[in-house]
Amino acid sequence: MSDKTMTAEEAVGRLRSGMTVGIGGWGSRRKPMALVRALLRTDVTDLTVVSYGGPDVGLLAAAGRIRKLVAAFATLDSIPLEPHFTAARQRGDFELVELDEAMVMWGLTAAAQRLPFLPVRAALGSDVMTVNPRLRTVTSPYDDGEEFVAVPALRLDAALVHLNRADTRGNAQYLGPDPYFDDLFCQAADTAYVSCEQIVDTADLLKDAAPQTLLVKRAFVTGVVQAPGGAHFTSCAPDHDRDETFQRAYAQAARDPETWRAFTDRFLSGDEQAYRAAVTAFHGERA
Amino acid sequence: MSAPTTNDTTRAEYCVVACAEVWRDAGEVLASPMGTVPTLGARLARLTFAPDLLLTDGEALLIGDTPTLGRPPEVVEGWLPYRQHLALVATGRRHVMMGASQIDRHGNQNISCIGDWARPRRQLLGVRGAPVNTLNNPTSYWVPKHSPRVFVEHVDMVSGVGYARAAEAGPSATRYHRIPEVVSDLGVFDFETPDRTMRLRSLHPGVTVEQVQEATGFALGIPAEVPYTREPEADELRLIREVLDPGNVRSREVPA
Repeated sequence: MSDKTMTAEEAVGRLRSGMTVGIGGWGSRRKPMALVRALLRTDVTDLTVVSYGGPDVGLLAAAGRIRKLVAAFATLDSIPLEPHFTAARQRGDFELVELDEAMVMWGLTAAAQRLPFLPVRAALGSDVMTVNPRLRTVTSPYDDGEEFVAVPALRLDAALVHLNRADTRGNAQYLGPDPYFDDLFCQAADTAYVSCEQIVDTADLLKDAAPQTLLVKRAFVTGVVQAPGGAHFTSCAPDHDRDETFQRAYAQAARDPETWRAFTDRFLSGDEQAYRAAVTAFHGERA
Repeated sequence: MSAPTTNDTTRAEYCVVACAEVWRDAGEVLASPMGTVPTLGARLARLTFAPDLLLTDGEALLIGDTPTLGRPPEVVEGWLPYRQHLALVATGRRHVMMGASQIDRHGNQNISCIGDWARPRRQLLGVRGAPVNTLNNPTSYWVPKHSPRVFVEHVDMVSGVGYARAAEAGPSATRYHRIPEVVSDLGVFDFETPDRTMRLRSLHPGVTVEQVQEATGFALGIPAEVPYTREPEADELRLIREVLDPGNVRSREVPA
């Protein structure tokens, strides 16, 4: 029985520059931030990132790791605009493939089902078509003859997701109200790395939860990383809420290069343990 | 032609009632309000003339009760995570009221960026669900601060599709396309004109046609007779003030 546990460093150690990486979660919710922070400690760059964007996109953009972003938005939820994303866009730092939220979902679905595209009634008439001149339409072969957008499959080299629990084989469970699209990201990817709040015995996964919480199946998982607080500062309900105080500090620091450098020195220059210690100290100062 | 208000109804309260009206006769569909005033409008509609509406807690739950703003629901009647929500859009059983950073006379809406898309002067949210929303379910808009910066001649990036663009895109785009209303802090607007361009439908009491024209960056259709947005009924005012928003959060979005 294969044990897929690994460290965050080992997981991101398998990523290469130029890869297409999908990142689970939504906005500032259940983002695999420990894996993103580990990725920032490597020299992997030139990435194509597919995400329902939050601070994962912000941090990678601020560090100049993104060549191309495939997204419908980037937001911190309680803070509407992701400051690093907006700044990077205004500087013209990366190529943006701006799709609709539903197109991202159907693009991942197509990839997961080994289809080259799926038809959607979306984007027609909008500037999504104008700014993505490579998008094609497809005509229904049936009597209606309707024309739809053919969303190309968003096949990923790797997926990074964070869930509440997992076993050592890669079965992963969400305990919050929304699965987001994490299983879909894993199915659309050649390799998938699942971090979790806690690794538990397979037999314990359903001790206090219903079977439909078992979101990600081990057949689609390459590595399992135990990373308590691994979504910080985004939410990971019901284990913890979004750290609003820290998120505000993040957004404030993003406003100019000087304060951002101080923020990265303080919080992002060491390993994950150093990050957690720095966050604890940050809250201690405010108590 | 400023109309003196005969009572103490605030502008925010007229806006709540105008937003609620968007969901009149909507039937058993999901009301997706974005912003404080539309949220109050959807809840008011459900407590009064649109009892069959479905509402969410703002996240993944369909709520069976209609709680005070900011309070968690006590009754859950369904589950609607993001992926089901996106799929629900395609069924058409939803009427969304979105915000708009820019909107033009054809009803094209922009929440993506200001300036040239390739290198925007101001990057905003991104198109989010606007392209799929507008082609699949009725999409209305809420603009809390009516100004020529929002009501523009041409939007910089068409996120939500307006009438002319939908028509150009063909029958698959127009089949379920509908923009019933735009509500702002000055009035209510619709596209019930022969060429499907925006016209003034009602003025909130206290607002003049001149004020609306000055705050609009394009030539707006102005009927000869413009009615005022209807007065809230006593029970509606009570629900807004005592049940749904006793903290008066609405006045932060639309100051009196």
